[in-house]
Amino acid sequence: MNNSTVKYDKYSALYRDNIERISSGSSQYINSFRESAIREFVRLGIPTRKNESYRYTNLDPFFSHDYSNYFIPGEQDFIRAEEFRCDVTDMDVHAIVLLNGFYPTITDKIRKLPGGVLIGSLNEASKLFSDQIEKHYGKYVNGNSDGLVYLNTALASDGVFIYVPEGVEPDKPIQIINLVESDDDIFNQHRNLVIVEKNASVTLIICDHTLSPRKFLTNAVTEVYVGENSHFDIIRVQNEHNNAAKITHTFIHQERNSHASSNNITLHGGLVRNSTHHYLGGERAECNSYGLFLADKFQHVDNFVNVIHAQPYCTSNQLFKGILDDMATGAFNGRIFVDKNAQGTLAYQKNNNILLNDDARMDTKPQLEIYADDVKCSHGATVGQPDNDALFYLQSRGIGRHEARLMLMFGFAHEVIENIRVEALRDRIDSLVMQRLKGELSRCAYCMINCG
Amino acid sequence: MLTINNLKASINGKTILKGINLELKAGEVHALMGPNGSGKSTLAAILAGREFANILEGTVTYMGKNLLEMPPEERSREGIFLGFQYPTEIPGVSMVNFMKTAVNEHRKHRGLEPLSASDFLKLMREKKELVEIDSKLANRSVNEGYSGGEKKKNEIFQMAMLEPKLAILDETDSGLDIDALRIVANGINKLRHPERSVIVITHYQRLLDYIIPDIVHVLYDGRIVKTGGRDLALELEEKGYDWIKKEADKSTVYE
Repeated sequence: MNNSTVKYDKYSALYRDNIERISSGSSQYINSFRESAIREFVRLGIPTRKNESYRYTNLDPFFSHDYSNYFIPGEQDFIRAEEFRCDVTDMDVHAIVLLNGFYPTITDKIRKLPGGVLIGSLNEASKLFSDQIEKHYGKYVNGNSDGLVYLNTALASDGVFIYVPEGVEPDKPIQIINLVESDDDIFNQHRNLVIVEKNASVTLIICDHTLSPRKFLTNAVTEVYVGENSHFDIIRVQNEHNNAAKITHTFIHQERNSHASSNNITLHGGLVRNSTHHYLGGERAECNSYGLFLADKFQHVDNFVNVIHAQPYCTSNQLFKGILDDMATGAFNGRIFVDKNAQGTLAYQKNNNILLNDDARMDTKPQLEIYADDVKCSHGATVGQPDNDALFYLQSRGIGRHEARLMLMFGFAHEVIENIRVEALRDRIDSLVMQRLKGELSRCAYCMINCG
Repeated sequence: MLTINNLKASINGKTILKGINLELKAGEVHALMGPNGSGKSTLAAILAGREFANILEGTVTYMGKNLLEMPPEERSREGIFLGFQYPTEIPGVSMVNFMKTAVNEHRKHRGLEPLSASDFLKLMREKKELVEIDSKLANRSVNEGYSGGEKKKNEIFQMAMLEPKLAILDETDSGLDIDALRIVANGINKLRHPERSVIVITHYQRLLDYIIPDIVHVLYDGRIVKTGGRDLALELEEKGYDWIKKEADKSTVYE
């Protein structure tokens, strides 16, 4: 028996052993996907480096590890999670905490905000708003061939549900704080569903934290529907310790004239892999996909972006940057797919990386598949050292070499950060990045782990 | 203030400066002219501390110190300013942050406290008027997306902020239209001071209509081949560089 078979057995056993507990919280509709999903997972398996979109990422050290029993929270866990407060105190948001993938409130599982906006537990929503769930759940991961997405569909037991009705813009951004905390090594999965009806607008901030020094693996899927003329921003801030692996899959489906942007900011984490899928499914839709990561020691950060131009006159723009130090490795794989119907497409991609020493490594790969004729498309990638001309320019004004280097790297990173439209968060990320570049700890004050 | 003695330098094995001698006193304005490729920009960059040329021979003494031993930031703090021919674009670094850091580094060097945020902004406003710079420019990234004229104005703005003892302006007039040239030249003139020396590097006489030099040098093939008063610039304007080249080439043959 080879290793990979053992691995799949392990995860299908996890499914068999826990399916009753997992299903008990969900609605029948969500449960109806599980059986076929686990079969699909067993068929596809955990992606290896033979899989083109995982070519530079070795998941094995995290997936071959034995995690403790699948996590189902008890009452004590909920209380601890409720005590957590984000320390970006000047950021005015509607905040939700997810503990190890669960919505940790017993009484108030769906919050109703002015204008009919709903935020809360996906499990609860699946029971209360079954027509919305049936219209959208599982629809936007369609056609994906990533075994881990199927594994999530089979095993995810809760997550966040957000509903923004037609014409509504919540008064402030919505923040999801993902906490991972346990005395055991755990593998957790959650599933978010965001529905933005037409002419609406919402900003979603997702913050990933690890609060105890165990080995963690998270495999999260977020599906987003952005209706006609709507506006959706998602900002993901990842600050986990070196023993944590975070795998995220975000699927953003856009209708005509809609605008969506995604920004993945990875400040810290052992292994991070974000796949961001933008489906431009209506004419004149526009999307921006941004990302920034800072990696050192043996960290690995991989961003996979998949932009699908399915309809004419859409615009997409990708900007991803990385700064790598020590033995850190990174990967960027940016796919642009232009359907034969998608005339008048504008698609741009830029990936710039700085290696601070010779041991760090970055792999970058554009992947363009264009089947329409009237398309304007550009892509460019760089991997290099800080710009010497710019360094001299700063020095020639009296700024010391060390400080000048810091300013340049900060400026390099800021080009991504400046696209965050929530000012308090933008300032906070700026200062976290600056601390990180200076070699200081960049963890949020609440984090008790010195994972340096 | 500045003494350059028999300076020879090469880039990638090719000798560019073949023995420069120059003496500059406080408050003087020297124009450094010459055809393309004569070594003007190389000299300017060496004086500012760019590590791209190999110094073969010679010395540069600035205010009694060995200039060639100082890193670029030290030279700046000691009062040397280079106005770049092609100012570098630095995405993501705002002008405000850049200048605040630079000004405070200079102050620290002189044993002064950093400027408060409000004093700094006041200083910026004041100096911006000098070169009629768009106030929005300050919030943008350094030189990024600036027009040619804006970049050059921005150089003079930085000079005004840093108040150097010796400013080396490398082709500050290139790429400017008449209006921008006048604004930039007026800015430089307003910064003239009995204690401040300026080296103006230019191809053309037209900038020297605004900034009247005390001394004009002609650099050709890595040497200063002619030094004179303001009239020399006018003569060059009229006759071009060919007669200088011929004269210089002749003397090289006899050497």
